[in-house]
Amino acid sequence: MAVLHTVNKSPFERNALESCLRLAKAGSSILLFEDGVVGAMQNTRFSERIAQAMHDFSFYVLGPDIKARGLGGDKIIDGIQVVDYNDFVDLTTAHDTVQSWL
Amino acid sequence: MKFGIVINEGPYTHQSSDSALQFVKAAIDKGHEIFRVFFYHDGVNNGTSLGVPPQDDRNLTKEWSELAGKHGLDLVVCVAAAQRRGILDEDEMGRHGKSASNLAPGFRISGLGQLIEAGIQSDRLVTFGD
Amino acid sequence: MENGEGVVKKFCYINRKAPYGTIYALESLEVVLIAAAFDQDISLVFADDGVYQLTKGQDTEGIGMKNFSKTYTALGDYDIKKVYVEKESLEERGLSADDLQALKYEDEDDDWAEKDSLFIVGRNDLATIIDEQDVILSF
Repeated sequence: MAVLHTVNKSPFERNALESCLRLAKAGSSILLFEDGVVGAMQNTRFSERIAQAMHDFSFYVLGPDIKARGLGGDKIIDGIQVVDYNDFVDLTTAHDTVQSWL
Repeated sequence: MKFGIVINEGPYTHQSSDSALQFVKAAIDKGHEIFRVFFYHDGVNNGTSLGVPPQDDRNLTKEWSELAGKHGLDLVVCVAAAQRRGILDEDEMGRHGKSASNLAPGFRISGLGQLIEAGIQSDRLVTFGD
Repeated sequence: MENGEGVVKKFCYINRKAPYGTIYALESLEVVLIAAAFDQDISLVFADDGVYQLTKGQDTEGIGMKNFSKTYTALGDYDIKKVYVEKESLEERGLSADDLQALKYEDEDDDWAEKDSLFIVGRNDLATIIDEQDVILSF
């Protein structure tokens, strides 16, 4: 069941998210966590790109990392699923491989 | 399922070790097996027993040691990366004529082959890094 | 091999960082050299700034660090025959195949003929290669 891609860096700081979107195969899933949660926010310079990418990928964002950074639930791009660490574990087992875009 | 975990950054500077710890705890709670946690690059610094974080902060090394004690985790510190960064067990201390060793309880030092083996033996390998 | 006997998985090593500025390139190479002894199906990927690891003419004398670039040309001796470089990453950086070291291996099934082990691939092909792996290690 395809690859789970994880991105832990803000798109404002690194190209990890951009590279992930470029090199992940359609049908893959992408989990944003640590500083990567910034990529899940509405009204950023990357929001439109993410919204478009939703045609090809399922997006998830790690709730504890959002809360820690004071970024409330209503600021998340529609269609990105908020998950906890238990779901993170389930996502890894539901996919064949995990690729971390470090 | 069997998990292999790779941690590529040291404690405190990066969130990697914290995230990995939360992930491993969740995986154990769900009944999964952690085949091995492999510490590479600056990740080997998670294995130093000499850290003294402030009392109101978490002690990541201690948390890993305790988790290893409780669940029999295999915490492996890469020998080549550890030697570069001054993480030594007693054997290494003796072999290199150093005055002290500093590997925390529950950790062991071994080669990179242990990382490859974790990739072969685990159903999923999950990397936490910078 | 201890414990892993008989199992052959597709292992992929993804390199996205330039050499010397951080240790990831060197320590990735160290993993790959060890991995070669485990008889797994190995692919190396160089994308983003990782393509700078493979450039010709590296000279580290002035920075006091070990030049490990020659080790890449020895990968063929370790039976590592699949090194993929992303075409778009090269182009974005104004580089071409001519800027990279030649990586070769000797094909034992073809009278030890010397063959290329470095392949420049477009992003779509690279996405497929990554998607087919069993184990991915990123540096």
